[in-house]
Amino acid sequence: MFDVNKIRKDFPILNREVNGKPLVYLDNAATSQTPQQVIDVIVSYYQNNNANIHRGVHTLSQEATDMYEQARVKIQKHFNAAQAHEIILTSGTTHSINIVANGFSALIKKGDEILVSAMEHHSNIVPWQMLCERTGGVLKVIPMNQEGELLMEVYDELLCEKTKLVFCNHISNALGTINPIEEIIEKAHSVGAAVLIDGAQAAPHVIADMQKLDVDFYTVSAHKICGPTGVGMLYGKEAWLHKLPPYQGGGEMIAEVTFEKTTYAGLPHKFEAGTPNICGGIAFGAALDYMNAIGFDDIAAYEHELLAYATEKLLEIDGLKIYGTAKNKTSVISFNMEGIHPYDIGSILDKLGVAVRTGHHCAQPIMDFYKIPGTVRASFCFYNTKDEVNALVDAVRRATKMLS
Amino acid sequence: MHIQKIQKEIVDEFAMFEDWMQRYEYMIDLGKSLPLIDAEYKTDDNIIKGCQSKVWVHAELKENKLVFTADSDAIITKGIIAILIRAFSNQSPADIIEANTDFIDEIGLKEHLSLTRANGLVSMIKQLKLYAVGYQTQLN
Repeated sequence: MFDVNKIRKDFPILNREVNGKPLVYLDNAATSQTPQQVIDVIVSYYQNNNANIHRGVHTLSQEATDMYEQARVKIQKHFNAAQAHEIILTSGTTHSINIVANGFSALIKKGDEILVSAMEHHSNIVPWQMLCERTGGVLKVIPMNQEGELLMEVYDELLCEKTKLVFCNHISNALGTINPIEEIIEKAHSVGAAVLIDGAQAAPHVIADMQKLDVDFYTVSAHKICGPTGVGMLYGKEAWLHKLPPYQGGGEMIAEVTFEKTTYAGLPHKFEAGTPNICGGIAFGAALDYMNAIGFDDIAAYEHELLAYATEKLLEIDGLKIYGTAKNKTSVISFNMEGIHPYDIGSILDKLGVAVRTGHHCAQPIMDFYKIPGTVRASFCFYNTKDEVNALVDAVRRATKMLS
Repeated sequence: MHIQKIQKEIVDEFAMFEDWMQRYEYMIDLGKSLPLIDAEYKTDDNIIKGCQSKVWVHAELKENKLVFTADSDAIITKGIIAILIRAFSNQSPADIIEANTDFIDEIGLKEHLSLTRANGLVSMIKQLKLYAVGYQTQLN
């Protein structure tokens, strides 16, 4: 039985005050808060098990290695990857994307085409631009409509035998749109193109099934799903991970080193040079345990209820416009007040204890599309309440009064 | 009036307010009295990078003193820049280069000094000082 008041007790930070007001944390699309269960795992690791992994023969090293590798298996099971070594532990989504972009530098030839959706985060645009600069590849954009939905008929037209790669986020960070990735993947495969799906915003809301999706690459950041910052995953199909060259050189990723030649380690270590974020990886696993114990179906249902309530309440405010009104979206509301800069609203909201994001949300092309400088973005998590939605609505009304 | 004295005056004014709301309301009012930049200078070249809102600043040397005009698309930002300009405009480039900016902290606008990329107070101060350095070189 989903009980938000019980769940809130797991998050110590939700008790704090900001500017003398109870914190209303609505910036979950940027980072989620961390439950005590995950904090305990982090503390316990440093109190009991801290050691470098994979090479030591002593007990601590073996314990830490086991915990780290168990976390990898947990992540594998959660995302239903066929094999644990298809899960590369990275520093997060941006790192994951860069591994793939760097690897494809060796595979893309001049004139090859790369498709990217119009609603990408900068971290899923810039690496591909850099890749195209290096290789002579051509970056093409799948456009979207006013509601913030991809124009799939244009996607069909863009796909051709020159298309080598398609990149798209599962869910847009700025608009909350859930993209039809099943269709995107299937159609890309029909012309022989590989697909990378950025799952950073999706992982907190839905469980993506790697085998069912038949996706080639999928990326996740742990800090968006109640885990710590600085750790995430790159899922890659085994065949692709074998094809891509390693990203960084260093310890851990080698099999044999002489000054004449180095042979690389097998998967996943080939892509995990250096001492990894061991504690982070273990806590990533613990975060998935925490969310699964609540249950993703219950989480999705509750967040949907919050989204509907917040949308209704916000739209009651005169002059408020919501950007991103796709039929299929998650609990993210990007909005502006007529004639008021989002930065002004955000500054006053902060004074009232309400944490939202303002600005272009690292997705400038979307802001250019709507011809706006940015938006105020409230993003809801399963630990938010309708009372907090009301606090947001009151704060927006108060800010508007001050700023008009 | 000397920069330090103007800054003291601003600090005293802000000290009269009891809470943040009054301070912000005053700042918003100050923003409305900002000496506006001429349309011809409101170009991309004069935009200060590092602000979430757009800020344009122009500087002109009049009788060896630097006169600033500015604009922004956000009201609170306009208020902040109005406060800065009040302290720094009509001063000699040398005095502007020398001036410290502790008064920002003292008037309770510390949050605007943080290094988040959301706000550009640090960039604004840097830009005003850069203008001063530029004109100082001319004067020499």
